[in-house]
Amino acid sequence: MGALQSLHGRPEYLDLAEKTGFSFEQIRVLHERFKQLSHNEETLRRSHFNEIPDLACNPIRAQIIEAFFDRRNYHQNGEGTVEEIGFEEFLVVMSHFRPPSLHMTEEQRENVRREKLRFVFNMHDTDNDGTITLEEYRHVVEELLSRSGALEKETAKSIADAAMLEVASISMGHMEPDEFYEGITFEHFLKLLDGFEIESRMNIRFLNMDTSTLCK
Amino acid sequence: MRRPGYVLLWLSGSVLLMCPVSGVTRVKDKATATHQEPHLRPPESKSSPNETEHAHGSGVTEVPIVNFKWHHVEEPYLIALWILVAGLAKLVIEANHHVTSVIPESGLLICFGFILGGMIWGADKLQTFKLTPTVFFLFLLPQVILDAGYAMPNKLFFSNLGAILVYAIIGTCWNAASLGLSLWGCHKGGAMGDLDIGLLQYLLFGSLIAAVDPVAVIAVFEQVHVNEVLFIMVFGESLLNDGVTVVLFNVFDAFVSLGGSQIDAVEIIKGIVSFFVVAFGGSLLGFVFGLLISLLTRYTKNIQIIEPGFVFVLGYLSYLTAEMLSLSAILSVLFCGICCQKYINANMDEKSVTTVRYVMKVLANGSETIIFVFLGISAIDKSIWVWNTGFILLTLLFIFVYRIIGVFFLTWILNKFRLVPIGFIDQVIMSYGGLRGAVAYGLAVMLDDSKIKEKNLMISTTLIVVYFTVILQGITMKPLVTWLKVKRAKVSELTLIEKVQNKVFDHLLVAIEDISGQIGHNNMRDKWKNFEDKWMTWLLMKPSARKNRDHVFNVFHQLNLKDAMSYVAEGERRGSLEFIRNDTAYVDFKKKLGDEFSEVMPDIMADMSDDRGAGTDMRRRDPVPSVSLDMHDQTMKGMRETEGINTHHLLQQHLYKGRKQHRHRYSRSHFNVNEDENEVQEIFQRTMRTRLESFKSAKMGVAPPKTISKHSKREQQQKMPNGKSLDKSKSHSGDEDFEFSEGDSASGYDAPGTSIPMRVTYRAGAGIENPAFMPDMDPMAPMQIPPWLAEAELDSSMVAPSQRAQVRLPWTPSNLRRLAPLRISTRSTDSFMLADTPARQQRGNDDLPPPPPPPPPPPSDRDGGHM
Repeated sequence: MGALQSLHGRPEYLDLAEKTGFSFEQIRVLHERFKQLSHNEETLRRSHFNEIPDLACNPIRAQIIEAFFDRRNYHQNGEGTVEEIGFEEFLVVMSHFRPPSLHMTEEQRENVRREKLRFVFNMHDTDNDGTITLEEYRHVVEELLSRSGALEKETAKSIADAAMLEVASISMGHMEPDEFYEGITFEHFLKLLDGFEIESRMNIRFLNMDTSTLCK
Repeated sequence: MRRPGYVLLWLSGSVLLMCPVSGVTRVKDKATATHQEPHLRPPESKSSPNETEHAHGSGVTEVPIVNFKWHHVEEPYLIALWILVAGLAKLVIEANHHVTSVIPESGLLICFGFILGGMIWGADKLQTFKLTPTVFFLFLLPQVILDAGYAMPNKLFFSNLGAILVYAIIGTCWNAASLGLSLWGCHKGGAMGDLDIGLLQYLLFGSLIAAVDPVAVIAVFEQVHVNEVLFIMVFGESLLNDGVTVVLFNVFDAFVSLGGSQIDAVEIIKGIVSFFVVAFGGSLLGFVFGLLISLLTRYTKNIQIIEPGFVFVLGYLSYLTAEMLSLSAILSVLFCGICCQKYINANMDEKSVTTVRYVMKVLANGSETIIFVFLGISAIDKSIWVWNTGFILLTLLFIFVYRIIGVFFLTWILNKFRLVPIGFIDQVIMSYGGLRGAVAYGLAVMLDDSKIKEKNLMISTTLIVVYFTVILQGITMKPLVTWLKVKRAKVSELTLIEKVQNKVFDHLLVAIEDISGQIGHNNMRDKWKNFEDKWMTWLLMKPSARKNRDHVFNVFHQLNLKDAMSYVAEGERRGSLEFIRNDTAYVDFKKKLGDEFSEVMPDIMADMSDDRGAGTDMRRRDPVPSVSLDMHDQTMKGMRETEGINTHHLLQQHLYKGRKQHRHRYSRSHFNVNEDENEVQEIFQRTMRTRLESFKSAKMGVAPPKTISKHSKREQQQKMPNGKSLDKSKSHSGDEDFEFSEGDSASGYDAPGTSIPMRVTYRAGAGIENPAFMPDMDPMAPMQIPPWLAEAELDSSMVAPSQRAQVRLPWTPSNLRRLAPLRISTRSTDSFMLADTPARQQRGNDDLPPPPPPPPPPPSDRDGGHM
């Protein structure tokens, strides 16, 4: 514990707190968790994530883990993926799920919303071409349904197809038969999820206390 | 004195009921008070049973032809009449939407009760019907709560459970305590004059009136459509705090009986302990009963007809058991409903589920109506009205003020922990939505007037509070919600992508919580879900039901059904059965995404190319704007069976509305739709016949009379006897034209023997998936195109390009197909066109005429026949 306390005032925490909006206490807890995951190394690799037992039964685990290694989630114009991440990247990705402060203007709120949805969008848009194509979307649905054993791959496919068709009809209105809907752009994505209360969907309460001992 | 009977009957509007009552009024007014509860009967009517029994017994001096036994049926009769009256009241009230959009229904029902009560009072000078606690708590309340539990949005409820519990427990206690203490304080201060009420009695009064009433809240809020979080807060609170308030009431009631001096710390602790035992014991009991129902419905496959009954009986038993063990019955039946909903919906047959839903609504809505009407009627009673301005006004004021304070204070605390804080406006609505209702009244009536001297004052105050909140606040709720711009509930249903995305978000949050090492409620929910998937569903769900319970899949299934519906409806609108037969239906989706598909789904592409090759004009003309049935067939093997059933079902629903479709065989244990092959076939043939007839008649209009050939003469002759019915069928439209007269159908059935064209259509239209009539159709195939006829037709059309031929030039077979799209307007011809196609294809298989001759004989045959 003593070592932890001394970390408390470290200047890099200041930077991180400024950059991500987490409090010192939260950063400390997350750092602790980071070390736990990485077995006290400086960086995290995919294999570390795969070792988390609670994550094992998450159907979209692969996509989520991938999001941590995606440069797009670190800063605005990032591209490509990395092999290992340090604590800063870890924290930045985590900060996408930080509840925004209560006092915001409408515009700020909208920005936060965009940013959060961008994260999800990027998660689906694996090839970073700005659209979620049918192929990519099918992949998502397949993974989502992969754990309910009764449904076959074919079902997932047709669900994705139906969803895509629906999207096409929503976002394009009436389409000529020979028109082709390439995929969901981010703007469409925003529009589609218009009714979503993002506050309850993309936020996690980061506790100040250290619960990592309870978590495997 | 004889008017109450008339009042009831006048209201029920039933002439039939007139005669019994007019003869009976003399007996009746002695026994009017026996309405529902014998023990409530006023003393003066005590003698009536003896009297009537005597009269009944001594009358046997001769053989009676008709006996008049009013007392034999009196109680159930009156109950039934009251139910009828309440129902009619609702009918009257709902008839005018302008009124109900301003004043909530609950308020109107209470007002209706006032009027009714006034009539009874005018007739009787005595309050003879009123809501008694026993009736209310044992017969009216359970189904309302069960319905609420059964229809509870579980996820929403449990994710807000913390807040709901805080409001329900702490909020209610706060309301009770603050109201009791303040009233007592005011009493001490001399604001109410001389009243014989002690502190404990005040607290007792506070506890009975503290609770927000679920019946009133549902009635008002379901018309307002506020956002779901706000709704679940108010609704959940009102449900849970009923349990709380009953417990509080019992505890204080015991305290009052004990008397102030006997109460020490031990008793108070006992009270608190009993509170928790009662509340959690009740919930647990409900949970157990819920599991029981779920388990039971797993095995009711063979007794589907009474399977819905179990839900109600066991639900009711859970209520009664809790009541018996003096646990919280409301919580018990609530949790029973909440627990079992998921499993029984999965376990039971779809019809049974629908039945449960409807019956639940009927019961809940019905008793809600009765409750409100009786709340109104109860007011018209001189004996209960005791006016004490100070007491009543102060109660109203305190209730209003303390509710606001309580809500704002608790929300302030809760918002420190909530991810999505409850906004200011929502808090206003929550505090304003503190409607009191029948539970409070029921409890007030239950007060023991030997211990509480001012019972009547409390009852009248409770009534006033109920009227004030339900009527006044109910009326102003809607304008307030509009004025404050409260976030409304979304009207539209979730789309598939939203469902999918919902899932993504859920898993994402869980994963992030896992990774960051936080144990939030996402994590817990996930754990619970895993546990449930692993154990609960294994135990409580039928194996077959386990498969289909994925939500995304469900939505998908729903969408499929919708698609199929619109597909069939569309097809039917165009008057064709072709789309069902068509084993590779045309899908524009395929075309759109065809390029992509070619890699992933070569099999579909193969089909598509087939499809296009064989595709006719019609198909290209009407691409169905949705995923087609057959695509699912190919891609979803698991679904195939259900799809088949669905198609079948759709067919029955949409196509065959023939009068004879249901041959009602009476059976108590089965509810079969008749599936007799012969019948279906008959209906089918009749349908086709109608189509043909209308086609012909349409055509007759087009072609000049002088071009009638000898074939059509035969047609004419054959048609003659049915001329009348033909007209009739023309004048009808849509489904009704299947219903033309019976005798005609018989002749229609026989007629094909004499008329070849008709045969042709039968065969051509054999586009029904049901294999039942296929064997019957096939034998006709050889005699399909009698060669001599075909020759004759060809001859006549080719050899004589006369005036007649010019007239019917547009109809020559070679043009027929090209022109087809132009003729979409008339349903009948279109049907003919579409029905035509498979036949032609089939004939191609029989390789009768080789491909080169473009006009295949049958169309020309038919064509000539009609001209």
